[in-house]
Amino acid sequence: MKKAAFWIAALAVLGGLQLFVRDIVGAYNYQILVLVGINIILAVSLNLINGYTGQFSIGHAGFYAVGAYTCAGVVVYGQEAIRGATGFLPELGQNTVLLLVGLLCAAIAAGLAGLAVGIPSLRLRGDYLAIVTLGFGEIIRVLILNVEAVGGARGFSGIPQLSNFFWVYLGVVVTVVTVHNLVQSSYGRAFISIRDDEIAAEAMGVDTTRFKVLSFVVSSIFAGIAGGLFAHFTMYLHPNTFLFTTSFYLIIMIVVGGLGSIEGAITGAILVTVLLEVFREFGAFRLVNFAILLVLIMIYRPTGLLGSWTLVRAGRRPGRAA
Amino acid sequence: MAILDVKGCTKTFGGLVAVKDLNISLRQGALYGLIGPNGAGKTTIFNLITGVYTPDEGTITLAGHEIQGRKASAIARLGISRTFQNIRLFGSMTVLENVKVSQHMRKSQGLMDAILRTSRLREEEERIERDAMELLKIFHLDERAHDQARTLPYGSQRRLEIARALATEPKVLLLDEPAAGMNPQEAVELMHLIKRSRDDFGVTVLLVEHNMKVVMGVCETIQVVDYGETIALGAPREIQEDPRVIEAYLGGA
Amino acid sequence: METFLQQVINGISQGSAYALLALGYTMVYGVLRLINFAHGDVYMVGAFAGYYIANNDAVQANLGASWMTAVVVMAGSMAVCAFLGILIERFAYRPGRGNSPYTLAFWLAIVGSSVGRMVGGSTPALLAGAAAGAVLGVGLDRLGIRPARQSSHLTLLIIAIGVSLFLENGGQLAFGADPKFFPEIIPTRRIQLGGLTVDSQRLTVLGVSVVLMVLLTLIINYTKTGKAMRAVSFNLDAAKLMGINTDRIIAFTFALGSALAGAGGILVSLLYPRIDPLMGIMPGLKAFVAAVLGGIGSVPGAMVGGLIIGLAEVMAVGYGQSTYRDATAFVILVLILLLRPSGIMGKRTSEKV
Repeated sequence: MKKAAFWIAALAVLGGLQLFVRDIVGAYNYQILVLVGINIILAVSLNLINGYTGQFSIGHAGFYAVGAYTCAGVVVYGQEAIRGATGFLPELGQNTVLLLVGLLCAAIAAGLAGLAVGIPSLRLRGDYLAIVTLGFGEIIRVLILNVEAVGGARGFSGIPQLSNFFWVYLGVVVTVVTVHNLVQSSYGRAFISIRDDEIAAEAMGVDTTRFKVLSFVVSSIFAGIAGGLFAHFTMYLHPNTFLFTTSFYLIIMIVVGGLGSIEGAITGAILVTVLLEVFREFGAFRLVNFAILLVLIMIYRPTGLLGSWTLVRAGRRPGRAA
Repeated sequence: MAILDVKGCTKTFGGLVAVKDLNISLRQGALYGLIGPNGAGKTTIFNLITGVYTPDEGTITLAGHEIQGRKASAIARLGISRTFQNIRLFGSMTVLENVKVSQHMRKSQGLMDAILRTSRLREEEERIERDAMELLKIFHLDERAHDQARTLPYGSQRRLEIARALATEPKVLLLDEPAAGMNPQEAVELMHLIKRSRDDFGVTVLLVEHNMKVVMGVCETIQVVDYGETIALGAPREIQEDPRVIEAYLGGA
Repeated sequence: METFLQQVINGISQGSAYALLALGYTMVYGVLRLINFAHGDVYMVGAFAGYYIANNDAVQANLGASWMTAVVVMAGSMAVCAFLGILIERFAYRPGRGNSPYTLAFWLAIVGSSVGRMVGGSTPALLAGAAAGAVLGVGLDRLGIRPARQSSHLTLLIIAIGVSLFLENGGQLAFGADPKFFPEIIPTRRIQLGGLTVDSQRLTVLGVSVVLMVLLTLIINYTKTGKAMRAVSFNLDAAKLMGINTDRIIAFTFALGSALAGAGGILVSLLYPRIDPLMGIMPGLKAFVAAVLGGIGSVPGAMVGGLIIGLAEVMAVGYGQSTYRDATAFVILVLILLLRPSGIMGKRTSEKV
């Protein structure tokens, strides 16, 4: 019952906010707010594999891209059929079904991509894993670049605007709750045991390959959902949005906040997105100083801004409902 | 019938023969010692049994099932658990969580239970926590249950390794130099704990140890290996008087 | 058949340029176990340094379009990059490994100069900003704000990403975001080799790369510093205990690798004269792939890896679709690593249990 109450409250609060959040903060800030939400989903999910399971992936942008293009593709090409089948619903209902179908496909496609990349790659360790995930991310991007149906190098336009503050932050809540519950369960303990000592984990019966792939797939699924939400918010996709530099920014978010904690990933996502947006008018000056800030944070505070400070330590308080 | 049977196992690394045509047979409930000079191949034997390495030749049977060549995690689930010579705890986890990791294979919770945090999961988590705390109590670690494992003193870390291994509910427990770095008092306590593991948990113990007080005090049967081959096998008293053993240890002096 | 041989020659010269870059990755990885993501950007700086030297009035007036210009451009660019490599090591990676003074002063001076330029817009304002930043940095250091002692592999990697972002965007400020065109410092001539036509640029690229690689091999194998480099990459701590000044060796390694990157920047600019501040990203990444392919840490491996990537790319463009060009390197990487997880010439390492 507590759970149902939580979700009803979440839906009500987000739905209520959706009605006037844009008028309160203004169109520009609204845009940033939504982007922050998308980046939170990406960072929190990437943290599952990089922070909790301790595997260094720099290919998150690839799964983000798979989700974005799948969702947009399904909606753009399946729009007529889906609207036809749901003709009895009002416009808002049709849009909701359309978006949910798109997101479901995005999640499945990104999850499958994660599985396809994860199974062969996760045998590799450290830097080799890093570079192979980066490579897969780039391969995915180049493949998309060559699919004419989704615009190829021209970019994919004409995507209907279906997602908004409400959907993005519902996505944030779902992601955070899922990742939180997962790391608090025996799955989370298995993930962290792999990070701490893979050989010992294996000796204690943890099938490390299986759990690595699992965390990779779950992480990819949420990246895919973030992609779908992004596509239907900006209404235009270009393969260059999903360059490996995007993966770099996501890693920066989770490391700046502090690896292996959900609050860290959220803090990092907010900080990096807002910093980059606020100083946008300063052009290249902004990124130069952002880069210096990053270098200095890493030199002077390598455990991230939040460090080891975290509200909920994995597995410490069992039986907590969320 | 033997619970663990190593038959004719050989393992070479490049040109080096680490283990040669080795046989070990543990009957159910044995306290079995494996000793030998440094570099005799003892840890390699552990790594063969636990699936870190695959033997070049020979078979390893656990309760009638051949296990050589299987993944280490699969062998652990079949009922062999171990500790490590160079302690390998999950350093960032708490003491309690270290033990809980080992219990995961007895879980019935699925991925959806975990994500949705169902009542089934919560009940199971409570049970896991209860069992883990009980185990920690036996190993005198309950007071530090919520401290990070890496903050424990050395002797406690060794005890935690044993507790963690026992939490997998193994049939056979492999202890790799558990007394290393312990002071005499801790070593005595360790001997009680090893005996208790057998008596209360019903595990069969295979012990590699350099501390002869511990080996002679705990083990009922001792096998001596040198250069990967067995040179003596018998009760502690027989081993102590065996000329080949003395030769191996004193290097023909 | 002839077009095929033509492609092979193109591929080898392209590949030798990748190899020069890959060597820098592999050497730095050897001593620090660090993927120096900023390496591709050093190569970009090398190309721009060459551009400015070649267009310098004094160089133009005194040397004109002689081969001396090419030598001066090459040497100058390598020197600039070597210095840049040392700076990066000294102020980004060394503090990442432990305490080292003036780190804050260095970075805050840059922040100060950028603020000075933005607010004042003049050179004095820029210098005043830099001075203020440096003073603030020294002050904070005196107050006890020091680099954290502990640092992980990951920390260094993120620092490398930061330095890379810094150089890319700093490059946009310093050189402008628009592409520039590298002058023709070597006259183009078509040379007939049997039935093949090779232009002089490609031959120069190949020749210079080979000479540099031979030089590097000699330095690594036959000089005292080279021996120390090998010792450090074998085991940094043991080398330190043996009395090797590891910080100096690491700095030297960066200088050497960066100089090669600078040379690579010039050579590639001969083939593809369009240069811009982001030009280092893709070649840098591919050169790293080449290094991993050959087995990272292995010098001959980097050379072989570079050649493979160069050849494969040229073939993919020649016989396939050019839009897939950027994926070629990664497809090869993925295939090889899945078959041989430690690269072609890498050493297999397994953890001791």
